[in-house]
Amino acid sequence: MRAPSSPSEIAAGDVLLAAENISLSFGGVKALTGVSFDIRKGEIRAIIGPNGAGKTSMLNVINGFYQADHGTITFKGVRRGKMRPYEAAEFGIARTFQNVALFRGMSTLDNLMAGRTLKMRRSFFWHILRHGPALQEEVEHRRKVEEIIDFLEIPHIRRVPVGRLPYGLQKRVELGRALAMEPELLLLDEPMAGMNLEEKEDMCRYIIDVNNHFGTTIALIEHDMGVVMDLSDRVVVLDYGRKIADGAPNQVKQDQAVIDAYLGVAH
Amino acid sequence: MDLLYKIFLDPFVQMGSAPDLLLQTLWEGLVGGVLYALIALGFVLIFKASGVFNFAQGIMVVFAALTLVGLFALLTRVGVSNAHLAAFAALGLTVVVMLGLAIAVEKLVLRPLVNQPDIILFMATFGLTYVLIGLGELIFGGEPKVMITNELFLPRGAWDLEIFGGFVTFQHIDIAAAIIASLMVAGLAVFFSKTRIGRALRAVADSHKAALSVGISLEQIWVIVWFASGLVALVTGIMWAARSDVSFALQIIALRALPVLILGGFTSIPGAIVGGLIIGVGEKLGEFYWGPLLGGGIESWLAYFIALVFLLFRPQGLFGEKIIERV
Repeated sequence: MRAPSSPSEIAAGDVLLAAENISLSFGGVKALTGVSFDIRKGEIRAIIGPNGAGKTSMLNVINGFYQADHGTITFKGVRRGKMRPYEAAEFGIARTFQNVALFRGMSTLDNLMAGRTLKMRRSFFWHILRHGPALQEEVEHRRKVEEIIDFLEIPHIRRVPVGRLPYGLQKRVELGRALAMEPELLLLDEPMAGMNLEEKEDMCRYIIDVNNHFGTTIALIEHDMGVVMDLSDRVVVLDYGRKIADGAPNQVKQDQAVIDAYLGVAH
Repeated sequence: MDLLYKIFLDPFVQMGSAPDLLLQTLWEGLVGGVLYALIALGFVLIFKASGVFNFAQGIMVVFAALTLVGLFALLTRVGVSNAHLAAFAALGLTVVVMLGLAIAVEKLVLRPLVNQPDIILFMATFGLTYVLIGLGELIFGGEPKVMITNELFLPRGAWDLEIFGGFVTFQHIDIAAAIIASLMVAGLAVFFSKTRIGRALRAVADSHKAALSVGISLEQIWVIVWFASGLVALVTGIMWAARSDVSFALQIIALRALPVLILGGFTSIPGAIVGGLIIGVGEKLGEFYWGPLLGGGIESWLAYFIALVFLLFRPQGLFGEKIIERV
């Protein structure tokens, strides 16, 4: 097990996000207890663990859906206190959800354009007039969104309300919306849950491509161990809200605590 | 036989034999429908964006109208001699007051109750209703007031047009109401479909969680929708009060919007408009042609009856979203 790294030990350029001693409880239930880990710039970081280990809670703390009871999050060298989700988004953190959260009544295009809300700066009076700088801005954002649509190979569903799409495509649109934010840190909560093998392979390819081409740092939660071992640079393992292992995939795989947590221990 | 004749044939014979009367009835129904549609629109805006059924919409109409009249009286008292200037200054200030109301509602009511069940937020709007009634009476007094129609350049009088061998009367104020309502609806439609904030509003209506994750601030959106529905309330208040006067009895019209919402669907702006017009026209036709059969006075309950029938066959309304979920 690695010692929890604090931002002072590592050059600021190296670590994108550091969680230190994060604790979170709901009433009497402890979801997270003293969890520390870091995410380095440009890596794919996996968070794994059995059901109820606190993985999603950890993501929720990182993007401000939950406020940690104790501990701090340092992002891009800035230690932050309370943060609302939209502020996290402003800082460059995007995410997808375990059970898809899309704007179901809106088209694929509008879903992705909604992802660019924060990037649009012109006041809405200009938008109503569809004139001058606002029109130019809209066109620019549209171009960026079209790039992402091409990248994810979904041009054929551009105009379809996403509520009507099959599950696998909805997951892809959700990834697209997160990408439209041009995030520095992308949080993926079980991007492959409920997919068949072919869809999983596609999704893996997109995740690797996003990481390679856009240089986006990715933290993902996944249950499929094959996927985790193939994709990730480093893995952190949670069990009952505590960190039990942290390191390279191969190293973690052989860790006795991890094996015990997944298989159960004979007493 | 005689009864069947009276229900199914006689009214249509009357319509055919006196088309001028039919036209007059239709027109009055349409005008009433426009006002219903406006009130329903205020409900739909807030319901779409926050899932809250705002019981206070009716009192917001009264409060806006009272504020307008009250501020006008205040401005004339402090020596603004030009009546038109005072009226439009009061209009501008009322808009500011409605913005303040929206901010206060978000800060004091919605934010502390975020993530609570819908029924709690609904009850909170009940509370808001009585706070606004009390506040209105405290500041402006309880007695009815006259709307400042002339000062706002709202037309008076009527055109009597000779159509189908009879005279049909078109009140100028009704025509103005229809035009202003159409403009406002068109403006809202453009706002919702073409602007960044409009897209954000639709996003919030679909999923709070996803909207937060892409950096949309719920607080800001709530202020915007409550402000928008405050403006709708102000326009409704002016138009409605121009035909009667400004009094607290007006808030009852909020309940008149309920059948409109059931008919049109709680989440649809076109639904609110079409529903409003159907209810408006249906009420007047029903009262005029079928009312005598039941001894009159059916206007007050016919809309609810239509809504009830709709609930049986199409609970999501004409344009509402049908909720289908996998189980």
